[in-house]
Amino acid sequence: MPFGLDLPTIWAFIIAFAIFAYVVMDGFDLGIGILFPALPVGRERDSAMNSIAPVWDGNETWLVLGGGGLMAAFPLAYGMILSALYAPIVAMLLALIFRGVAFEFRWRDPGHRAAWDFAFSVGSIVAAFAQGITLGALLQGIAVQNRGYVGGWFDWLTPFSILVGVSLVIGYALLGATWLIMKSEGSLQERCYRLAFRLGIGVILAMAAVSAATPFLRDAYWQRWFAWPQVLFTAQVPLLVAIATVVFFWSLKRLHHYTPFLVALALFALGLAGLGISLFPYVVPPVVTIWEAAAPTSSLTFMLPGALILVPIILAYTGYSYWVFRGKTGHEGYH
Amino acid sequence: MFEAFDAVFLARLQFAFTVSFHFIFPSFSIGLASYLAVLEALWLWTGRAVYLDLFKYWLKIFALTFGMGVVSGIVMSYQFGTNWSVFSDKAGPVVGPLMAYEVLTAFFLEAGFLGVMLFGMNRVGKSLHFVATLAVAVGTFISAFWILSANSWMQTPTGHVISPSGQFVPEDWFAIIFNPSFPYRLVHTVFAAYLTTALVVGGVGAWHLLRERANEGARVMFSMAMGMITVVAPLQIFVGDQHGLNTLEHQPVKVMAMEGHFKNHDHGAPLVLFGWPDEAAGEMKYSIEIPKASSLILKHAWDAPLKGLESVDRKDWPPVPVVFWAFRVMVGLGMLMLALAVYSLVARTRKRLYDWPWLHRFAVAMGPAGFVAVIAGWVTTEVGRQPYTVYGLLRTADSASPLAAPAVGMSLLAFIVVYFIVFGSGVYYILKLMSHSPHSGEEGPARDVPVRAGGITPAPAVSGSIAGGKEA
Repeated sequence: MPFGLDLPTIWAFIIAFAIFAYVVMDGFDLGIGILFPALPVGRERDSAMNSIAPVWDGNETWLVLGGGGLMAAFPLAYGMILSALYAPIVAMLLALIFRGVAFEFRWRDPGHRAAWDFAFSVGSIVAAFAQGITLGALLQGIAVQNRGYVGGWFDWLTPFSILVGVSLVIGYALLGATWLIMKSEGSLQERCYRLAFRLGIGVILAMAAVSAATPFLRDAYWQRWFAWPQVLFTAQVPLLVAIATVVFFWSLKRLHHYTPFLVALALFALGLAGLGISLFPYVVPPVVTIWEAAAPTSSLTFMLPGALILVPIILAYTGYSYWVFRGKTGHEGYH
Repeated sequence: MFEAFDAVFLARLQFAFTVSFHFIFPSFSIGLASYLAVLEALWLWTGRAVYLDLFKYWLKIFALTFGMGVVSGIVMSYQFGTNWSVFSDKAGPVVGPLMAYEVLTAFFLEAGFLGVMLFGMNRVGKSLHFVATLAVAVGTFISAFWILSANSWMQTPTGHVISPSGQFVPEDWFAIIFNPSFPYRLVHTVFAAYLTTALVVGGVGAWHLLRERANEGARVMFSMAMGMITVVAPLQIFVGDQHGLNTLEHQPVKVMAMEGHFKNHDHGAPLVLFGWPDEAAGEMKYSIEIPKASSLILKHAWDAPLKGLESVDRKDWPPVPVVFWAFRVMVGLGMLMLALAVYSLVARTRKRLYDWPWLHRFAVAMGPAGFVAVIAGWVTTEVGRQPYTVYGLLRTADSASPLAAPAVGMSLLAFIVVYFIVFGSGVYYILKLMSHSPHSGEEGPARDVPVRAGGITPAPAVSGSIAGGKEA
């Protein structure tokens, strides 16, 4: 019963949710780092930075939940995936260090602000690219045997994983640009409308390329997407992407403040749904399913009330924190 | 490069390096978060501006420390999988849920309210801001609770069975969380964090008192810090002793290494103050000892027999000299902290707390002592439980990822370079902030450009006392 709601399936959805929360939340603040070179030094950069300063730390915590949750619920997969993707994971961690400290350091050391801005930007780009590589490499499959990784050290490096890496960089940049449309005014907002238009085209092309390439990675993916009758179900994903694309460009044209960001989130949700359709029920394709990788029932049960009670509470106070800092990130004239 | 090294040794080195560097920040921020909550409470209660000034002074330092703790902590949550995949597979069902609860109950709480604490005073008002500060302080403590539970379970594992595939399967979560060494380790570590913070705050206060004896902010922070040390240092020595007795019960081999006892002593073991542990020969050289004192401390009887490392198979020995010396560094610094506590108490009773330059110089010198003691303590307990990751059940050598030495070596090198650049800069910025003397009208961590919304919320009535520098 592939869709029976047993504990490993519930946990797969909880972790998928954590990953989605991470991707969209840290996605927009990584995106601002990616866009930093396109923003002029001075007020525009400062207010872009300030729009995320109070929330980036909470955003990145979802990454810790994704990692910690994977270790707790699917310990076998956690060990296999992270040791197989050693180089991109370490690169991501180091990149996140550079960009994370830049939030404080750039204000503490005006003499080296350019250097810390550079660290912020390169850190954001490398982290996003490494996350994309990780995703791509996971999709193309990991060689495992006897509960361990048996592949080579550069198995993750393929044209497909690079394509996914580049796509994610563009995608995060789009989230960043649309976030800034929401949070800024004046010249910064105008600039972000222009950026969002170009990045929107980039994201659609990237999604098309990744979607076109994925079914050719494995026959199982092909079957999953195109076999009759489930194609009736899977075809909804590209259809919704097409609708979202139209809404996105329409909202940019009408200079909406909130819609572009919300539609960009929807595009990411659809991308993740597509990923889920390809992968499920495998957590380490092509051999390890969520049931094989799952922690013992006593572990999964122990954590379940925690996740089901605490995650809504977390979402509530995270929402409160966003609400406290709602509205446009101010500039001169308001203080 | 690195082909000549053992991959497991490099992985251990990498974990030791990243976790030691990481723990420097939380050992400071756990105490500092509580100190900030106390300062804000005092300000709300008394209305004295000096407390708000000190709050803002230390808040800027907290922001830097916390940020570095977060980014170095994310590394830790992935190190288990990248470098210790077999450990993750086997012990993940026990350790993973504890860490997941840490994220759910602590990390989100801290991160969610940190933004409000740092930037939100003008937006949420005094009381809600205080709630945010409290949430961050409580979050740091909850975090310590879970991670020390996980660590203690690895030292004194209980409440599980081992499955045919070698996985540790949880049976009794209460026994796992409250495993035998956990209460001791928790109290000892939290006290260590409080002491570390008090030593830093006291050192900074003393530094400014040496320059400007009348500075009110320096006086208040120095007095508060010395008071904290006077209370906590003796308590910590008592707790440490109790923790040692607990270790003797559950991990006697670790205590043998800490004490430098190679030989069995049937009629009272000596307390080795100093010496040269010769692991190969299996004896302590050039030692200065107090006869029978070790038996007195550990067994409360002069003649109580104590076994030495010779009673244990060599393949189960931890690296003795590291444990022996790290333990002495920790205890020695603990004694110096007690000396500072007594010295400051004498000064306080004679109403000379702000007047004795030698007390202030001593406090400045002791400023970083907490960090050294904390790391030395962790080295003692972590190296002392070798050669096991899960004590007595899973060997370190059987825990590592199937990685080749060059991969681990290169990443270790990258971590070292990045940490020294990034955290070196961070420490420099913190020292720069500390070198500024506290003054009235202290600016918060606000930026040149305000975070505050325009137009949507009506501007709050901003009085000079609650406004940060951003209102300038």
